[in-house]
Amino acid sequence: MTAQQPIQTSRRRFLQGASAAAGLLVGFHIVPGGKALAATAKAPVALNAFLRIAPDGIVTIYSKHVEMGQGSYTGLATILAEELDADWSKVRATGAPADAKLYANLAFGMQGTGGSTAIANSYDQLRQAGATARAMLVQAAAEIWKVPAAEISVAKGVVTHGPSGRKAGFGELAERAAQQTPPANVQLKDPTRFSLIGKQVQRLDARAKANGTAEFTIDVKLPGMLTALLARPPRFGGKVKSLDATAAKAVPGVMGVVQVPGGVAVIAKGFWAANKGREALQVEWDFSNAENRGSEEILTAYRALAQQPGRPARRDGDADTALAKAAKRIEASYDFPYLAHAPMEPLDCVVQLSPAGCEIWAGDQFQTVDQANTAHVLGIKPEQVKINTLFAGGSFGRRANMQSDFVVEAVQIAKAFGGNAPIRLLWTREDDIRGGYYRPLYHHRLAAALDDKGELVGWQHRIVGQSIMGGTAMEAVMVKDGIDATSVEGASNLPYAIPNLAVELHTTKAGIPVLWWRSVGSTHTAFATELFLDEVAATTKQDPLTLRRKLLAKHPRHLGVLNLAAEKAGWGKPLPKGWGRGIAVHESFNSFVAEVAEISVQPDGSWRVERVVAAVDCGRAINPGIIRAQVEGAIGYGLSAALYGAITLENGEVQQSNFHDYESLRIDRMPKVEVHIVPSTEKPTGIGEPGLPPIAPAVASALMAVTGQRFRSLPLPDKVKQA
Amino acid sequence: MPITFTLNGKPVSLDIDPDMPLLWAIRDEVGLTGSKFGCGMAQCGACTMHVDGEPVRACSMPVGSIEGQRVTTIEGLQGKVAQAVQAAWVKHEVAQCGYCQSGQVMSAVALLSGNRKPTDADIDQAMNGNLCRCATYVRIRAAIHDAAKTMRA
Ligand code: FES
Ligand code: FES
Repeated sequence: MTAQQPIQTSRRRFLQGASAAAGLLVGFHIVPGGKALAATAKAPVALNAFLRIAPDGIVTIYSKHVEMGQGSYTGLATILAEELDADWSKVRATGAPADAKLYANLAFGMQGTGGSTAIANSYDQLRQAGATARAMLVQAAAEIWKVPAAEISVAKGVVTHGPSGRKAGFGELAERAAQQTPPANVQLKDPTRFSLIGKQVQRLDARAKANGTAEFTIDVKLPGMLTALLARPPRFGGKVKSLDATAAKAVPGVMGVVQVPGGVAVIAKGFWAANKGREALQVEWDFSNAENRGSEEILTAYRALAQQPGRPARRDGDADTALAKAAKRIEASYDFPYLAHAPMEPLDCVVQLSPAGCEIWAGDQFQTVDQANTAHVLGIKPEQVKINTLFAGGSFGRRANMQSDFVVEAVQIAKAFGGNAPIRLLWTREDDIRGGYYRPLYHHRLAAALDDKGELVGWQHRIVGQSIMGGTAMEAVMVKDGIDATSVEGASNLPYAIPNLAVELHTTKAGIPVLWWRSVGSTHTAFATELFLDEVAATTKQDPLTLRRKLLAKHPRHLGVLNLAAEKAGWGKPLPKGWGRGIAVHESFNSFVAEVAEISVQPDGSWRVERVVAAVDCGRAINPGIIRAQVEGAIGYGLSAALYGAITLENGEVQQSNFHDYESLRIDRMPKVEVHIVPSTEKPTGIGEPGLPPIAPAVASALMAVTGQRFRSLPLPDKVKQA
Repeated sequence: MPITFTLNGKPVSLDIDPDMPLLWAIRDEVGLTGSKFGCGMAQCGACTMHVDGEPVRACSMPVGSIEGQRVTTIEGLQGKVAQAVQAAWVKHEVAQCGYCQSGQVMSAVALLSGNRKPTDADIDQAMNGNLCRCATYVRIRAAIHDAAKTMRA
């Protein structure tokens, strides 16, 4: 879930994963659809864990990554279909079952989606899977036609023997192909021969998502299914002191009220009855172990902490001495609020318990973790937890939860309620906004040292905030020497050439659950570092682009996107009065993005973002259309946070509750967006998140250019000074 | 007393709490799930349906209030405008997670049914009630203009 563990450095785990997958190619009969394939010739046939072919030639790819909008189904299918030489119009995708042995994310060592890893970790694996299946189809044809395999070619889902002119579709050959021994070594295509990768193939889910037939968790219908809503304590860490469920139980349609560790659940025949029942509950809460502070108090404590040195996350040269000897010092501090993810589909999970175990339907992002947490609640083995991964109506990190909060709640409710009825737990928007697992609140303090020529010779960056990984099962991997990599990423790998550089961290404790939020540490580090660099530029009267170019001389990929964005945006060209430009560049998840924001300020100080030009380098582009869409979306999601996003607490209670007070970007404030992709033959890297970090600093930088004002907290003010 | 209305051209009669929002009546009682729940307070547009041709937020409309009216959901969309809009949605690959898109399509169809040549300002006005957390707005705008062009052709 972080950029700090590049795929490349996980090579050992990757190879283990790859060899395990290769072994499993042989065991195709144990994969999904396997049972059916033995029984009837009409059923689709699995050639390996990642694809099955139906008699009509439809190729269905098993995506080990949830489709939550980021295009994983299409991207992964593109990679496999490329090596398979499939006919794209016959390719489909579906969520793979939960089985870490087959479907682990090779970057995590478990099945799960996040950290913009879907394409990066699957690229070699799915090319291999596609090429192997192709070879098996060729072998099958060679056997049937009694011709040498070398004389057979494959194109667009058709296998052809040139000399005799014989042809067969994948569907006709699939069964025979499945009986072949998968070749140990297959030749992968030379990328110059790619006909799907890098081309704009049609998204596989476009139609179902335009006509309402795409199935989300909230749409699951099972016989006898009941709907549950959970009343949670209004402060984090609160517990039920007393409960009177009489009125709730009297609501028509309410089938039961159960107490679970997370609160009190009302189970009813549908949403409306459950909602009425929940409103009728009389619960008294015990806040003795709850977080009772407000966000202002928390921030005040953080500001005090930032005066003290923190734990070192990076130390180049001696920043303290550089600052002490500086001809000029610049200092600034930055504040970032808690943020809710607010995916468009509120959290939800359907659970059915049975003597065999448990079956779950969810837009599941962390299958292995959810299996383990569910098994723990039920006292069964993780393998007894079957997960059906459906489309997720957005996540932005929220559904990847080490505690599996919304899954565990549903399982606990089903267990407490007993019986055979499947339980559908729904969250309302209020539950979502007030439900915690926020992007943590952070305070940053920066200081820069300039020498007598105005050169940037020292940089000290202190970050104060809660750890996302601390206290979770990932702590061992992600927290080293007291530094949670997700707290400092984007700051500790600052690319600028500064001889004396220190990054320090204060990890705080607060009772507010926190979680990664689209682009994780870079949601705040990019803003603090990029805007502070702009303050340096302004103080030394340098152009922000020129200063960056100078400090990035040794970073060609940063420079590549920076220069491309600047050129396409017309950096330096005149703008109407009241307009301004800002630029920011940031690396996250091994991808590089620069954005130029153009803003206009009205005479009354109101302002809007008019246009954003982005340049991205995410290695080889698998699907340029999806890359552009992800960058457009990340800009919009980042703008929501930059313009409006803040969760605040008073006396431990969250002040916001729905989209009227936790506002989200609407179409009227969406700028024009241009996305330019740097052509690259490097291995593909992620794009779900990297488009986000530069937007807020680019916008703030543009506002600074127009008004001369400094912007040191998010969200940005509604009104600014006119120039 | 049962509540009777026309849903996607067919009569329905539901013997339910008249306070139940139209959205949940359609989703939980009738079983059509194309219309989504996103906020429950007319803030996001995920639940948008047409009642007598007008776009409404079904999450905030008691089912009892639509007695005798014509309700259209995404499942019942048809006609030239709907076809043009949905084709443009596919062509422009508007959807990301897709969860808001039933509502977006319903609002876009309502807009184009009354306005064959919407300006950007018309689009802002008609579509501002439909949130998209994936921020597919650039493509929504392009798809609406494109659908309008198809219809004029
Ligand atoms: S669910 Fe109806 S407007 Fe949001
Ligand atoms: S496509 Fe995800 S909310 Fe609109």
